[in-house]
Amino acid sequence: MSREIIHQTAAEMSAELASGNVTAVELANAHFDRISAVDGDIHAFLHLDREGALAQAASVDASRKAGEKVNPLAGVPLALKDVLTQKGVPTTCGSKMLEGWRPPYDSTVVTNLKKAGVVILGKTNMDEFAMGSSTENSAYGTTRNPWDLSRIPGGSGGGSSAALAGFEAPLAIGTDTGGSIRQPAAVTGTVGVKPTYGSVSRYGLVAFSSSLDQAGPCARTVLDTAMLHEVIAGYDPKDSTSINAPVGKMVEAAKKLDVKGMKIGVVKELAGDGYQAGVTTRFNGALEALLSAGAEIVEVSAPSFEYALAAYYLIAPSEASSNLARFDSMRYGIRIGDDGSRSAEEVMKMTREVGFGKEVKRRIILGTYALSSGYYDAYYGSAQKVRTLIKRDYEAAFAKVDVLVSPTCPTTAFKIGEKSDDPVAMYLNDVCTIPVNLAGIGGMSLPCGLAPEDGLPVGFQIMSPAMKDELMYQVGGTLEAALQSSWGQPLYASAPTLAVK
Amino acid sequence: MAAISREEVAHLARLSRIEMTDAELDHLASEMGLILDSVSKVQAVADQDIPPTSHAIAMQNVMRPDVVVPSLTNEETLSGAPAREEDRFKVPQILGEE
Amino acid sequence: MALNYDQALEKYEPTLGLEVHVELNTNSKMFCGCATEFGASPNTQTCPVCLGLPGSLPVVNAKAIESSIRIGLALNCSITPFSRFARKNYFYPDMPKNFQTSQYDEPICVNGYLDVTIDTDEGPKVYRVDIERVHMEEDTGKSLHVGGATGRIHGAEHSLLDYNRAGIPLVEIVTRIIPGTDKYAPEVARAYVAELRDILRSLGVSDVKMEQGSLRCDANLSISPRNSGTLGTRSETKNVNSLRSVERAVRGEIIRQANRLESGERIIQETRHFQEESGETRSGRSKETAEDYRYFPEPDLLPIVADPAWVEELRVALPVKPSIRRKKLQEAWGVPDKEMAAMINAELLDTVEETVALGAEPTKARSWWLGEVSRLANEKSVEPTSLIQPSEIAEIIALIAAGELTDKLARQVVEGVINGEGNPSMVIEKRGLKVVSDDSSLMVAIEAAIASQPETAEKVRSGNIPAAGALIGAVMKATGGQADAAKVRELLLKHLGQA
Ligand SMILES: [Zn+2]
Repeated sequence: MSREIIHQTAAEMSAELASGNVTAVELANAHFDRISAVDGDIHAFLHLDREGALAQAASVDASRKAGEKVNPLAGVPLALKDVLTQKGVPTTCGSKMLEGWRPPYDSTVVTNLKKAGVVILGKTNMDEFAMGSSTENSAYGTTRNPWDLSRIPGGSGGGSSAALAGFEAPLAIGTDTGGSIRQPAAVTGTVGVKPTYGSVSRYGLVAFSSSLDQAGPCARTVLDTAMLHEVIAGYDPKDSTSINAPVGKMVEAAKKLDVKGMKIGVVKELAGDGYQAGVTTRFNGALEALLSAGAEIVEVSAPSFEYALAAYYLIAPSEASSNLARFDSMRYGIRIGDDGSRSAEEVMKMTREVGFGKEVKRRIILGTYALSSGYYDAYYGSAQKVRTLIKRDYEAAFAKVDVLVSPTCPTTAFKIGEKSDDPVAMYLNDVCTIPVNLAGIGGMSLPCGLAPEDGLPVGFQIMSPAMKDELMYQVGGTLEAALQSSWGQPLYASAPTLAVK
Repeated sequence: MAAISREEVAHLARLSRIEMTDAELDHLASEMGLILDSVSKVQAVADQDIPPTSHAIAMQNVMRPDVVVPSLTNEETLSGAPAREEDRFKVPQILGEE
Repeated sequence: MALNYDQALEKYEPTLGLEVHVELNTNSKMFCGCATEFGASPNTQTCPVCLGLPGSLPVVNAKAIESSIRIGLALNCSITPFSRFARKNYFYPDMPKNFQTSQYDEPICVNGYLDVTIDTDEGPKVYRVDIERVHMEEDTGKSLHVGGATGRIHGAEHSLLDYNRAGIPLVEIVTRIIPGTDKYAPEVARAYVAELRDILRSLGVSDVKMEQGSLRCDANLSISPRNSGTLGTRSETKNVNSLRSVERAVRGEIIRQANRLESGERIIQETRHFQEESGETRSGRSKETAEDYRYFPEPDLLPIVADPAWVEELRVALPVKPSIRRKKLQEAWGVPDKEMAAMINAELLDTVEETVALGAEPTKARSWWLGEVSRLANEKSVEPTSLIQPSEIAEIIALIAAGELTDKLARQVVEGVINGEGNPSMVIEKRGLKVVSDDSSLMVAIEAAIASQPETAEKVRSGNIPAAGALIGAVMKATGGQADAAKVRELLLKHLGQA
């Protein structure tokens, strides 16, 4: 493909901006042009904020011109998952419930992005309230995978990952409750990081499962992801679960390109039956690359991971059933059935019937069940105990190794509609990513090649101990460099060219 | 299979304030059975002596000083309201209030 | 025929428990920085957090934790080494998140007690009220109902919501069943709430204004046939907005339940609302099914692990207990038990103390507040303190002591202040109530009196002092009662050579 500015990495764009070869306004416009050309097919964006983005870009250009010191990412465009509030900009969470809602406040992630001068192009599509692995649950249509438009771009953050893979933005923000950053990254050949729980503020992140949700950076390269990570992470007194500690040096770690002497553990339980052959092949190839780079590879067992999926599908719906109770049509969002004769309670019920999609209702009912008296101990209570076991497995593993690795998902991107009628099969997609959320540790997915059988991207997952996210970047950066030198180019460069309209 | 009756689902729908048709209730009852089958395996390992984890990263005593910060304006507060009357949210009649 | 209170008590014994909600007087709300001022314009003390906007997160107010611990300590509670918040899930439009953030099975304070004394037929008796728990939660918004009175008339009815109150910190103080109150249940309930209110006020943690809702009492009451050894079904009476109402509500509920049982009906476990006018309770909303609150630990907040050293610091710094303070005041003022009790019952102890602190003599302060001011307050059915300030009473008492007002004039000044004619000096000025203390003008009046009653004057001159009364009377009459009688007497006797 002919290399245009939109095909550059964020780091390269940053350098171009710094040297004055391109302005932030030009860069933003180039991306808006690209979006106009391809987003009809991909449908990554739910809303574009041209006015806000160009104003921000112009302001960054002015600062640079005035010789002010700016963040390296100042002027670089970004796609924001529609689950984070941005003052005055529609925020729907992919739900009909919030159609037309313009929040009166910025999420802390958005505040940090604005402060750094990052240019937010618009809001990206997602499974409704982040519940799903395919974006098929969005009330506003399915997003398509730029590698194959008949396939899903992952979920819930499929809009963000597709925007990256389709060169509609070099940076994106995702949120990850059970894999919603990493699984979309894996199936679109991009990079996504779920930081340690509490290291990126959740203030303004519309909650799905409060104890699991974590916003994180997404990009096409490990370095770009690291740069964005440093912009959005940090202590926030508005989030009680925010960790009051300095942010690690992610960029420095991503640039180390050295894993000599590092111990890398392969999780025995996250392999075998149910894993697509091409996924296993590419995963093993990546292990060899790490071995060649000087890492020590050992097998590690995490016996409780077997129960992680079950625990997750109790904890997340339980918390969601409570978090989503506020959508009752009284204060914001849509209201259905208020004809002057119905009571508030009836209107609430009708609004929630119409405003929520199938998957959301399914999980609210499941969560309500798991928390109800008589079932709490057996379901929610037991799931919280499994969480303890999973934490213990990680603690034991990290006593032996620096990071753990696995495939990000058992398969490559599946076809749109393939699993939408089978929730249990759909849930199995998250089997490798969920343990990370339950333990609150860091997780990264980066591409490790294309599966030979279908030519689709395969994701490699790196898991690091809590508050040691820089280890993922060190290992990820090294692996990325090793693989790219064997391929002769980055994986994303081999993505099919999209029809331009 | 973990059985969950339509009446139970109807009760859960009432608790969670979601109107549902009979067909939806039936469909959900069968789905719930399947899902519960696969998630109830947590009970197998959840021994008495394992403490539950509610926060993955253990912290405590996170508080803010008792300092007033500016609120939203009345206009911002009501900006998303489906209906309003002067400076209040207007909602359908609330039953059972004194 | 309906049973009266005494008849009800002959057949049944009551079981009483009380839940008191206290709004803390923190500057900001429980989980956000919004102000907590009472009476602000609707929906102006609101933010994403207390409106429950999507994405918002709570952060605990440190002062609210401190106040809760101090309340627990003052009520002799243990401070739990680990406490946390839970979500109580139920839908209600005045609750923005459709769950209340509240402490559930891990409250901050447990197992305390409060001793209260009441007058019984056998003299004063102390009841120990065991406190089960003291826990923190958040208040709800306020709804206003507009439209037709009943039914769904042309869709005319709707409700209006103001969330200024949503998220204001509340502390709930729950007693265990108070044993052995028997017929004194109403008095014990009142004395408990009064004592609790005094303690909270001494701690400075709340405005404790029942009429504004910053202190709310729910009375849980059941009755059972005497010596049956069983517990009856209880009702929970809300909307009790004064100390007097606490007593009336318990009394009314005992009578209601007894009469229901007498007529063969069952007591329903329900919430009832106290009706201030009738003194009766009325059934609240009956729920179609029992609520299932689906409590679970609030994932957005972290546990509170109170440092024992800090708790000890707070304990040491607690103010003197109101009961001890009362004893000290009584000694200092030299007031008999009965008068002390009268002041406490009239809830005027603080007011009298404040008046004394402003320089008034204790006996005088007590008699003005419990006498004239209370009498006028009674006539108007308001609180004495709503009529006149302690500083104004203190000023009036000082003017009497200085001889610038007589008691009679002072009563007119009080009346003027209450009528809104301004502060005491303004009333004196406007009404021209100043004592005629100018010697020369008084002397004119005295000489006139002597001139008109020369024989009486002669009697006084010859040593018949009591005869001076007639002359003094004449002077007082001549001055329209504005002269200080003592002064007149002094001048008169001196003039007649008797001083
Ligand atoms: Zn607020």
